[in-house]
Amino acid sequence: MGKVILEMKNITKTFPGVKALDNVNLKVEEGEIHALVGENGAGKSTLMNVLSGIYPYGTYEGDIVYNGEVCKFQKIKDSEEKGIVIIHQELALVPQMSIGENMFLGNERGKKNAINWNETYGEADKYLKMVGLSESSRVLIKDIGTGKQQLVEIAKALAKNAKLLILDEPTSSLNETDSRALLDLMLEFKKQGMTMIIITHKLNEVVYVADKITVVRDGSTVETMDCHESKIDEDRIIRGMVGREITNRFPKRENVNIGDINMEVDHWTVHHPLYTERKVVDDVSLNVKKGEVVGIYGLMGAGRTELAMSIFGKSYGSGITGTLKINGKEVDLKTPREAIEAKIAYVTEDRKGNGLVLSNPIRVNTSLANMKGVSNKGVIDVDKEYAVAAEYKEKLNTKAPTVEQNVGNLSGGNQQKVLLAKWMFTDPEILILDEPTRGIDVGAKYEIYCIINDLVRSGKSVIMISSELPEVLGMSDRIYIMNEGRFVGELNAYEATQESIMANIIQSGRGE
Amino acid sequence: MAKKKYTDVLKKNAMLIVLVLVYVFFTVSTNGQMFQAMNFNALITQNAYVFVLATGMLMCMLTGGNIDLSCGAFVCFLGSIGGILMSVKGLNVGVSIILMLLIGIVYGCVLGYLIAYVNIPPWIATLAGFLAFRGWGTALLSANSTTGSISLAAQKAFLGIFSGKLFSTPINQLNIVCMAAGVIACVIVVVTSFMSRANKVKKGYEAESMGALLIKMVLAVAVIMLFSYKLAMAGGIPTVLIWVIVIVLIYNFITSKTTLGRYFYTIGGNAEATRLSGVDTKLIMFLAYLNMAVLTVITTYIVTARFQAANSTAGTNYEMDAIAACVVGGVSAYGGAGSVFGMVVGATLIGVINLGMSLMGVDANWQKIVKGGVLLAAVVFDILAAKKSSTK
Repeated sequence: MGKVILEMKNITKTFPGVKALDNVNLKVEEGEIHALVGENGAGKSTLMNVLSGIYPYGTYEGDIVYNGEVCKFQKIKDSEEKGIVIIHQELALVPQMSIGENMFLGNERGKKNAINWNETYGEADKYLKMVGLSESSRVLIKDIGTGKQQLVEIAKALAKNAKLLILDEPTSSLNETDSRALLDLMLEFKKQGMTMIIITHKLNEVVYVADKITVVRDGSTVETMDCHESKIDEDRIIRGMVGREITNRFPKRENVNIGDINMEVDHWTVHHPLYTERKVVDDVSLNVKKGEVVGIYGLMGAGRTELAMSIFGKSYGSGITGTLKINGKEVDLKTPREAIEAKIAYVTEDRKGNGLVLSNPIRVNTSLANMKGVSNKGVIDVDKEYAVAAEYKEKLNTKAPTVEQNVGNLSGGNQQKVLLAKWMFTDPEILILDEPTRGIDVGAKYEIYCIINDLVRSGKSVIMISSELPEVLGMSDRIYIMNEGRFVGELNAYEATQESIMANIIQSGRGE
Repeated sequence: MAKKKYTDVLKKNAMLIVLVLVYVFFTVSTNGQMFQAMNFNALITQNAYVFVLATGMLMCMLTGGNIDLSCGAFVCFLGSIGGILMSVKGLNVGVSIILMLLIGIVYGCVLGYLIAYVNIPPWIATLAGFLAFRGWGTALLSANSTTGSISLAAQKAFLGIFSGKLFSTPINQLNIVCMAAGVIACVIVVVTSFMSRANKVKKGYEAESMGALLIKMVLAVAVIMLFSYKLAMAGGIPTVLIWVIVIVLIYNFITSKTTLGRYFYTIGGNAEATRLSGVDTKLIMFLAYLNMAVLTVITTYIVTARFQAANSTAGTNYEMDAIAACVVGGVSAYGGAGSVFGMVVGATLIGVINLGMSLMGVDANWQKIVKGGVLLAAVVFDILAAKKSSTK
């Protein structure tokens, strides 16, 4: 076997309150393609950030041994000098600049303080050819498609003299053809002796390119499979990814009567707000009954948030078509206000970005979506507002000294509770919870699940969007599976397993 | 714990304390001139425009650090329109006032539409007005007069509404109306403060201690009575003071007690979260600039009445004065934080510095340098304080 080029030994990385990586070991041999697989939040990206110096030496425990020496990277530049180059999931290109300018951004050709444009574009063209792009390097990034942009990223990495290339979800925004072309390019590079690590959710791609597969689960490396020793198929990988016992992570739901259909969405199609030809949600139909928790499972970028926000008063997207019925009556909700009045609540996945006003106290955040409930002819009754906030703080067990505490000072779990309180105070019948437990600790998760159970017990409908399989399985009565903008399956809770859901997604990917 | 409370009080009222210190400094270095009745009067009449404009600017800045650069130039433009209507065309004063207001509303609607619905960055949209209105106003003035300035000295009704004094008495003779107004103001402040505390205590909410409230009330009464006495000795209540007080009270109410005012803050704090909470955020942005235009119209009335003329330099740098008053008064340059009370303190501080330096005979160029320094110091102080409290 080849020589080990990289070894990560006993890497442990702790964030305040969370152990993101726990004694992770990873061995990569020269000239192989090594796949890292695992669920969202398992710690794959954190591991790669440790490797590339984004988390500098000293903020983690353990050793990185590269080419036989222990590395102490302080910043990305340090790891790049050694030839370790990471290509992130989100493309880091400046759209208004040319391919050539982007390729040497921060790594400019020419003398100090003076860019040599001939050298820049000449070399850029050379690297573009290596990745099979025929475009001139003077073309602007915004004028080429995402697939080609991804290739430019790779060319950019080559220009940095990469010896170990890390690709984080390189195909997540590409279509089938572009993905295949990219994978073939990887195989070509392998022949030339390049070492690569690929992080991906698409297991068919793993099987196609990988020499070795390491499974990451809950911050630890579980196993490494060698694809040359025995034949590894997707089922085998799935077993590795989800093979965990679940005991009592979800509170029991009792005395819930599932009633009539509360909300029904038919043939719902949503286009991207800027690239209006692109379908983000494609012909989706769903319904939710009173007292029911419906799970929508899908990976990031499947179009789940876009679906939810477009239902919530068309707060996302353009060219939305389809019908929305509430209690059997067709409605046309054009603004979030109309959606709130129709008794829909959308509890965002991004509580800091578009959920809470962090610089304001709990009191202000709790009443924001229902100011009418605490005011009289536009004049706020501060006493009442205080009482309402205090009541929800009590009810949801939000931990804070008073409701005058700024939300920005609370922990993630408590922020989530304030966000839930805000929407519960609008007295909704249908709650769309988008990743309600993202980034919060296990105890707070359990409390959130209890709140969900209370909600359905009082006859409300809950749609829970999640990319955590155990959560979807543990909490839902019914599960829709979403992939690439479409619903690719619907399962009842009793027939759904982690394997059957994953298989649904993989099959839909193959079908194209 | 007690010590921490003590520093908290200091921090909360830092600008107020600075204001008092600066005032004492100027009183000492001008041999008490600053403390004379006439200069109390001057402080108000010279700075009335800052209070009114800064109120409008506050509402814009709350929505996310947005500003209006055009208000000073618009004062010049609208002043010349007013001069033409009243003195050249000889139109009725009431009609002229209403026409000026309508023009301001039209401008506010256009500006608000461009910023809120067309998404033009506020500083660019208002930069256009900044350039155009100064030129337009000057052109109108030179077309309608030979001196480049239109006198309003003959418009007694107009001057009476926006300048001069109420129930005027000779200087150094105590004005009874003014003293009475001071006493009434004290009673209102004291009664409402105690009632609000009693209400809080009754319902079991957090309330300040009786001692703290008493100290506050004694200080407030002392300041109000001192002001009333000084103004009473200077000939009575300046008419603009009424305008300023009414505007400040209205906007204090809007920002602290109404849902509309609340939305200005939450948009500045997180516009997207506010939008998803069912608030028409574009409408709020529109209202911020419409409101700014209306307050600019009132500023124009006050300023042209004070100078008794419309001229081409009117309103120069007013936008900067208004922004400075807000920033010194603790209004966040990023939006979402700030209060009418803070703005009033900031505007007063700048007014005191202006007046004090003029009385000391400081060179005008040096006055600008000092003001720039004060502005910078206020922002640095604000950011450092915010940093400290967030790392706590």
